[in-house]
Amino acid sequence: MDLAFTPEEQKFAGQVRAFVKANLPADVRDKVKNGKHLIRDDYMRWQQALGKKGWLVYTWPKKYGGPGFTPAERYIFENICAEEYAPGIIPFGTKMVGPVIYTFGSEEQKAKYLPPIRESTVWWCQGYSEPGSGSDLASLRTRAEKQGDHYIVNGSKTWNTMGHWADWIFCLVRTDPRAKPQEGISFLLIDMKTPGITVKPIIMMDGGHEVNEVFFDNVEVPVANLVGRENEGWTCAKFLLANERLGIAAVPQSKRGVEALKEIARAEQDNGKPLIENRSFAEKIADLEIQVTALEFTELRVLSQMAQGGQPGPEVSGLKIRGSEIQQRITELTMEAVGEYSAPYLPGLLWQGSNEEPVGPEYAHLAAPRYFNTRKTTIYGGSNEIQKGIISKMVLGL
Amino acid sequence: MDLSLSDEQKQLQDAAERFVRDKYAFENRRKIAATDKGFLPENWAQMAELGWLGMSFREEDGGYGGGPIETMIVMEQFGKGLVLEPFLPTVVLGGGMIAAAGSAAQKEALLAPMIEGKKQFAFAWLERQSRYNLADVSLKAEKSGAGYTLSGHKGVVYNAASADDIIVLARTAGGAREEKGLTLFVVDGKAKGLTRRDYPTQDALRASELTFDKVSVGADAVLGKVDGAFPVVEDAVDRAIVALCAEATGCMDAINAATLEYIKTRKQFGVPIGKFQVLQHRMVDCFTNAQEARSMTLMATLKIDDKDPVVRRKAASGAKVQIGKSGKFCGQSAVQMHGGMGVTDELSVSHYFKRLTMIDLMFGNQQHHLTRYSNLAMAA
Amino acid sequence: MDLALKPEHKAFADEVRAFTRANLSPATREKTVSGKHYDRADHVVWQQALGKKGWLPYTWPKKYGGPGFDVTQRFLFENVLAEEGAPRIIPFGVKMVGPVIYTFGDDAQKERCLPGIRTSEVQWCQGYSEPGAGSDLASLRTRAVRDGDHYIVNGQKTWTSFAHWADWIFCLVRTDPDAKPQEGISFLLIDMKTPGVTVRPIIMVDGAHHVNDVFFDNVKVPAANLIGRENEGWTCAKFLLANERLGIAEVPASKRGVRSLWQLNDDPSLKEKIADVDLQVQALEMSELRALSTLQLGGAPGPEASILKVRGSEIQQRIAELAMEAVGEYAAPYQPDLLFRDTNETPIGPDHAAPAAPRYFNMRKTTIYGGSTEIQKNIVSKAILGL
Repeated sequence: MDLAFTPEEQKFAGQVRAFVKANLPADVRDKVKNGKHLIRDDYMRWQQALGKKGWLVYTWPKKYGGPGFTPAERYIFENICAEEYAPGIIPFGTKMVGPVIYTFGSEEQKAKYLPPIRESTVWWCQGYSEPGSGSDLASLRTRAEKQGDHYIVNGSKTWNTMGHWADWIFCLVRTDPRAKPQEGISFLLIDMKTPGITVKPIIMMDGGHEVNEVFFDNVEVPVANLVGRENEGWTCAKFLLANERLGIAAVPQSKRGVEALKEIARAEQDNGKPLIENRSFAEKIADLEIQVTALEFTELRVLSQMAQGGQPGPEVSGLKIRGSEIQQRITELTMEAVGEYSAPYLPGLLWQGSNEEPVGPEYAHLAAPRYFNTRKTTIYGGSNEIQKGIISKMVLGL
Repeated sequence: MDLSLSDEQKQLQDAAERFVRDKYAFENRRKIAATDKGFLPENWAQMAELGWLGMSFREEDGGYGGGPIETMIVMEQFGKGLVLEPFLPTVVLGGGMIAAAGSAAQKEALLAPMIEGKKQFAFAWLERQSRYNLADVSLKAEKSGAGYTLSGHKGVVYNAASADDIIVLARTAGGAREEKGLTLFVVDGKAKGLTRRDYPTQDALRASELTFDKVSVGADAVLGKVDGAFPVVEDAVDRAIVALCAEATGCMDAINAATLEYIKTRKQFGVPIGKFQVLQHRMVDCFTNAQEARSMTLMATLKIDDKDPVVRRKAASGAKVQIGKSGKFCGQSAVQMHGGMGVTDELSVSHYFKRLTMIDLMFGNQQHHLTRYSNLAMAA
Repeated sequence: MDLALKPEHKAFADEVRAFTRANLSPATREKTVSGKHYDRADHVVWQQALGKKGWLPYTWPKKYGGPGFDVTQRFLFENVLAEEGAPRIIPFGVKMVGPVIYTFGDDAQKERCLPGIRTSEVQWCQGYSEPGAGSDLASLRTRAVRDGDHYIVNGQKTWTSFAHWADWIFCLVRTDPDAKPQEGISFLLIDMKTPGVTVRPIIMVDGAHHVNDVFFDNVKVPAANLIGRENEGWTCAKFLLANERLGIAEVPASKRGVRSLWQLNDDPSLKEKIADVDLQVQALEMSELRALSTLQLGGAPGPEASILKVRGSEIQQRIAELAMEAVGEYAAPYQPDLLFRDTNETPIGPDHAAPAAPRYFNMRKTTIYGGSTEIQKNIVSKAILGL
């Protein structure tokens, strides 16, 4: 065991940093640094640059066109990208459907779908939750009926993140309504341009539009788009959820968040002194940093197990729980640091990138919307209650 | 010792409950928030007619002889409906300071029309650097002829755009953060040299940034003693805090009721999610938090007229700590138990959550008041 | 609404204070202040003094020999006693079995049992929990079989506080093993001197002996000791539990605890934690006053009392935790003689150091006994929230 990086790893870190500095568009970097909202094109420019370098699918094995990073390289890559204010990689293609396709898909499917994911020329979104199926995902009712070479899909999906920017959606659909809930589900890839698909925005409490409802009205999907076998989609679903939970801890982003919080606490005044000198507040930041460190080391332990051939197991649920709580805490303390100047609500500046002057410093108007928006982290990707249910059952045997 | 409401107070409670039920159905509130002013002048007129704008003032000041209990009763109902009319800045803060420090002429000119619903106020104290220190004021008022000239900046001034008069806390003497040397001025909302930048707040109220560029006022604009405003402001803010606490208890009752209803009806895994013990216990914790918030609000309401200023300050800070803690717990829990629906704009929960969040930030958050309480308790 | 005291209430508080100062032994008071353990005499002497004055059953109506205090008097009485360092009144007679007897008992039982409780001539203990019946109390298995004029009792009770000091025990026993769990239970009074009753101490995490196992081996109990009707003991049990929860919040003792915390340490972080628990106690007190005010208006202690129990127990724990935090590493030395015996041993570290950790350990029981926090939340969830 050794915490220090080897000379090769240090060299790799240098390469990553140089690459990010040279290839991350300056305007995108500024947006990330100032906590502004990104548009599709911002993500695409950065992800395509990574794609060209072969690093976009940094968690994939070499066999499928990944760089085959070691756990240490993966850690270095994620941390440097975050430190350099790169936007988070959109997970739907690279971390979700990609691994499902190379694990469960046919050779034709791999050849067709993996390259555009690696290069980020196609934007994917996820069709899992339904209005009646949230935590109880297996109760989903979107129906796919086979008619000759096609499935006819009817139903609706919800909490569909960035579906309004997506080219393709991967869906869990019910192909056998008479089987037990988990046994009649299939995993289907659907082109968003297919007639019969409608995307309806859901407005969040901070006033933003990032999620949607997606409606399917007699949508014709080629049978060739089925991944794995019919009615065995739940296997893909579980595999994907375990992968999702790993990245969801967002440790590098939280480390960056703590640094940003400290910067704000240095800029904010409290009785004529920087807020960071306020003992109570400094103690809260310290407590948060310790939580982040504990999470980071837990994640490193999991990665190291995986490097020795393990699969991410149910322990990953613990990372999701703590990671999401920490993300919330960062936004809570940031809002506390900003104080009453969190109150002004400036939707133009927040959503439309208007030239409106902020009230107070730039970071002030972002504080409360972020706090509100981040309440989602303990709900999405399997709510923390569901994660605890998983640990209780799978790890503790209760 | 007696903790029951009088018959008149019960009637007031019923009337306020009726007002909220009639005027503040959730979709109706959304419409009111989207209007030009962000509240309805007709609602304000009705509040005047019902006597609410004058109920907490002494009869010699033109009021109806009530006090903090009456304020608590209506504020609690306002919290249940997320009422948008500017009761706090106008009546509790503005009216409160005029009643406490105003001359007979000022009471006549300002308080009387306010009670009739014909004047509204805003209270401008906060500056960019102030955080929660009421004495951290640098906007300058300099003597000029018989009157004063005000220059500087004030931030997050609630109701400034609709206020006929703005009550401004300014520095007339002393250094930064000195409690001595502060003076209150009543400034016409349309005074020359006063510019506003108006905006909505996270919780759908209206506030403004104010810039004072050599705004001239007469000597009669001084409210209370020159250089001696601090104790008046501190007391008025403590009273506003107690009123806010009452509003927060109403918000908590409403958000808890909505969540309870939701977990009884939302089904997953074939049962209402309220059948799961994790959610049951969290709901019980919400209920307990709201009870504690109500208890501390009541305590502070009953102590805010105490003769001993330390008792008053401890009561206000103590209640604000509880409201910060309970409001956060109930708000965050409500969103969590609503799942994705809790994060949307569509349901009322997120709106209660936002209001509870902003209440914590107003006039000192939980941490600030815990420190203040701790210092007061140590000094005692 | 008004928090101010009327003159007659002020006079009452003065009277209680003067009485306590005149009748509470200084040695007992000292044990309260320094956090040491009481012996039986500390409790009995003090309770008998209260009994003579007519104040011991201070929650009872006049009809049964109580003083008929109003809500304010009750509040003042509890607070003044705590402020003056009196030990808490042992609840088993006065707050538990007494009200059960005057509510469900017959006249003969009232005459026979209530005077000894009012004067504290007779000490009671509680036979509820069993090794297999804790949170799930209704699953209890101690058996009472009717045999002519007697019941023959066999089984075991556990967590019996002060059984080693008690003259009588009130027990939940199973009289109909075929009925549904709640429906075959009876409420029985048993003389601890009856042959076949054995008491075995349980030593707690802090080294103290408060609780016991009580064994019943063919114990003959007169049928006249049955309270209420056979197989309807669950009604008495629930009534008693609701009463128990009310007093269990221990607000006056927690107020005393907070006052001593304020004296301990000048670290500003700790002061803020103390301020926080101080405010929690105030919220709890105000909640209790609101509940009492409802009682005054004719209500009965309802499931809301569960919330008071939950918060009260958490606060007691928090106070003990902060007292230990204030002591720091000097909480480590274990000095049992200082805690349990009268000794001249010099304490290691400051005077308040020795009881700090044992008290913290001991207080963990508060969220477990009298119906654990989890059970209380189940009650609230069902009875108040309708979940």
